[in-house]
Amino acid sequence: MTQTDFSTLLPLTILVACACVLLLVDLFIPKNRKGITAFLAALSLAVTLGFTISQIGSESTGFNGMVTLDGFSAFTSILILVSGLLGFALAYGYLKRMGLERGEYYVLILFSISGMMLMSQASDLIIVFLALELLSIPLYVLAAFARPNLQSEEAGVKYFLLGAFATGFIVYGTALIFGATGTTSLSGIFSAASNGTPSLLLTIGAALLLVGFGFKVAAVPFHMWTPDVYQGSPTAVTAFMSSGAKIAGFAALLRVFATAFPALSADLTDILWALAALTMIVGNITAISQTNIKRMLAYSSIAHAGYILMAFVPYGNKDVMPISIAAGLFYLVSYVVTNFGTWGVVIALEKAEGKGLEIADYAGLAKKYPALAAAMTVFMLSFIGFPPTLGMVGKFYLFRAVIAGGYPGLAIIGVVTSLVSAYYYLRVVVNMYMREGDPTIERESWLDFTTAITAITTVALSFAPQWLFLMASTAVFRLF
Amino acid sequence: MEFLLQPLTLLTFFPLVGVLVILFMNSEAKTAIRWVAMATTLITFGISLWVLTLFTASNPNLQLDAKYPWIQVAGWNIYYYLAVDGLSILLVLLTAFLTPISILSTWTAVEDRVKDFMIFFLLLEVGMMGVFLAQDLFLFYIFWEFTLVPMYFLIGLWGGPRRIYAAIKFFLYTMAGSILMLVAILFLGIQTNTFNIPEMLTVLPGLYSSGTITAATQMLLFIAFAAAFAIKVPMWPLHSWLPDAHVEAPTAGSVILAGVLLKMGTYGFLRFNIQLFPNATIAAAPWIALLATIGIIYGAAVSYAQSDVKKLVAYSSVSHLGFVMLGMFALNVQGVSGAILQMINHGLSTGALFLLIGMVYEQTHTREIKVYGGLWKIMPIFGTVMLISSLSSMGLPGLNGFVGEFTILLGAFGSKAIGSPWYAGISAIGVIMAAVYILYMFQKMFLGPAGEITKEHELKDLNWREILTVAPLLILMFWIGLYPAPFFNLIAPAVEQLLSALPL
Repeated sequence: MTQTDFSTLLPLTILVACACVLLLVDLFIPKNRKGITAFLAALSLAVTLGFTISQIGSESTGFNGMVTLDGFSAFTSILILVSGLLGFALAYGYLKRMGLERGEYYVLILFSISGMMLMSQASDLIIVFLALELLSIPLYVLAAFARPNLQSEEAGVKYFLLGAFATGFIVYGTALIFGATGTTSLSGIFSAASNGTPSLLLTIGAALLLVGFGFKVAAVPFHMWTPDVYQGSPTAVTAFMSSGAKIAGFAALLRVFATAFPALSADLTDILWALAALTMIVGNITAISQTNIKRMLAYSSIAHAGYILMAFVPYGNKDVMPISIAAGLFYLVSYVVTNFGTWGVVIALEKAEGKGLEIADYAGLAKKYPALAAAMTVFMLSFIGFPPTLGMVGKFYLFRAVIAGGYPGLAIIGVVTSLVSAYYYLRVVVNMYMREGDPTIERESWLDFTTAITAITTVALSFAPQWLFLMASTAVFRLF
Repeated sequence: MEFLLQPLTLLTFFPLVGVLVILFMNSEAKTAIRWVAMATTLITFGISLWVLTLFTASNPNLQLDAKYPWIQVAGWNIYYYLAVDGLSILLVLLTAFLTPISILSTWTAVEDRVKDFMIFFLLLEVGMMGVFLAQDLFLFYIFWEFTLVPMYFLIGLWGGPRRIYAAIKFFLYTMAGSILMLVAILFLGIQTNTFNIPEMLTVLPGLYSSGTITAATQMLLFIAFAAAFAIKVPMWPLHSWLPDAHVEAPTAGSVILAGVLLKMGTYGFLRFNIQLFPNATIAAAPWIALLATIGIIYGAAVSYAQSDVKKLVAYSSVSHLGFVMLGMFALNVQGVSGAILQMINHGLSTGALFLLIGMVYEQTHTREIKVYGGLWKIMPIFGTVMLISSLSSMGLPGLNGFVGEFTILLGAFGSKAIGSPWYAGISAIGVIMAAVYILYMFQKMFLGPAGEITKEHELKDLNWREILTVAPLLILMFWIGLYPAPFFNLIAPAVEQLLSALPL
């Protein structure tokens, strides 16, 4: 192991070390003081975040080109670490209140985050697989964290079975790609695929990878697990899963497709087009009929995966690819910020035994808790893509990239499904403001803080999105 | 500081000062909140008058630019760019003028959640000003969409019994139009590499003549923009959201909806469709004239059939805005200046009608025409004011409506773009029909024997506050009706320049 190897993986190494130590330290922390574990875990994330930020701008590869440190990995790692911190802020009071406060929770999330970070740095299919397992297995456990609650156990098992199935696709795809090119390194695959016409074996392998990642990011038709798992898991886990797992999935998809498979774009573009269109249509239309807020948000997260997938469609077009992938990253940020805020509000209203999760339970919220209702309205508008929110800028950027790539039809599907989505997001607003009711909420300082900070970010960043644009574009620029 | 002190920036964003103050006030201090909102909008109106003094009427170009680079990365070329010209100056003044009047009208009508009401109302003013002043498509789109949010809440929270339905219908209907415009805006932005409208106007002719944007594509872009604006106007057959929204909206909401929000649609045609897509405009002119004519006749006929007086006025808007569209797509100086003036006229007369209906509704809580009757005897001031507003709405000479409609019909008769005097001829029947439904309504409600409601309630005539609310509108009705020259002078140079760019 050389020094470059070490520095390439420095933040990840720190995080894994912290997680292992914390696992032991947690044994000595008394049951009623698990707040200390939470604090130490957050501290580990913060330290890792500091190191990641300090590495912005540096580029290196390590372990014989199996992992890469570049602008792209730094960008996604920062996003993942921030999601982790937001996830902790949401979870802290929630776990206490639901009687789920156990030290493993924080440690499992740390391990999952290390998997996600490794995913963003992976430049070899073997590492992609390794990272995928590292990030998924803790999530399977977390989904079932509310045991012996049946719904939660069901969610864990379901997520595990379908997740394992998806991983199978990725492994099989990797094997076929290795068979076609004789290598698993992304740059190796790229040069092998660019010489002459790509073989059928390679195309099938790439398609299988797409299926596997499609499961992870919950793209239609591989989304069946999402509503049940999102609904059954403890809400704090859902919040983290719907953000973190998506970031990692898209990070891998972006890197693998952009660096290894440009030669296959003739075959894959149509598939990606159909996948994006289907995901937007099915996600948004199914969300309309949901009455449970967790299920509605699950379908909405499927729909947003569709919007992000749009950014991949022009990936074979060398001129458009950088801006389109940057647009995807930008949208990912806006989705993550809005998503955490929304789940924060959901957690504030949730009662024990799954009460307070119907959309009808939001009736009258605006009269009693105007600030919370205002925050939720901001999030809903951001999800619709309405000004003045980050979601609007994100969609503007994304649709522009897609049109520039020559797919105005897809952009039209995107805007029309946004219109459909307005209907169900507005229903939450209607309930909060225009119907009578008497909701009660849990006040908890970390929760309030998260909701407030994400709401303010959603609005404020929409007025000054330049630097985020710049960051996303530089992150992508280095990929090529 | 220099950024904030630009007159147009100040005009657009000053209401936010009021929002901030109200935000920190106790929601029980209702009167204080009303005064803060009133003061804010009056100062905004003052700023708009200041802008008018700075405005050079003889200059046909955009003036008082507030222009700063905003998002200048990754191939984006977005400016924060506000400016005003002859096409928009009157609408800006109308917005600033109608907002304090609407707030005054809510003094006793809105008792519930006054704080929220005023916040949404002031936010709405920001959005409307922005729409009329933005000269960058991205900025314009933000303001355009943003106006939906406060209006949605105004209808949904303070509206009538079917308010939730009306609010959602309003939101989704209008959004349905603007999403296609979004795609067209992005397409233009990519082709011209800018979102700045004056810059775009210098690049576009080249793209048209070189065939980079074909005539067919230009037509599609025209249609995408037109869809957004036609829904807002609303043009027949896209008007079905309007009666619902008007009937359910609170009085102040109706006034702003009719007075300003609908004008955003007609203004959009003027500023964007005609300027950006000249060839498509000429090709589409007869078709728009056809739809406008149908709208004029249809709106008038349906108005006559209404039993709810607010619905009657709502449908009359469909008819009146048909005139605006007809004049605008006559594409000659009379037609277009008449159309701009008629936008203001409609804001004044329909605004006044909604205010007056609101005042009597506050006492009786019904809008059924047939239960009223003989109101004039009991409420003579109210009757007089209503008569003047009604006559203004139906276009009696000497009042503002006549000037606008007459100029529009004059323009439409001789229009080369429309190509046939028949549209104007048929539309003239609409003027007569307007007299029929307006006078029918007036007769049923104000003349004859006292109706059941009139007997049941001890109706009070207008008080000083209410007179003060409508008086400014009446003054302007007479002013424009008797001496419209200063208004035309503000519009004419910009209109001439707009039309000279068309390949007619």
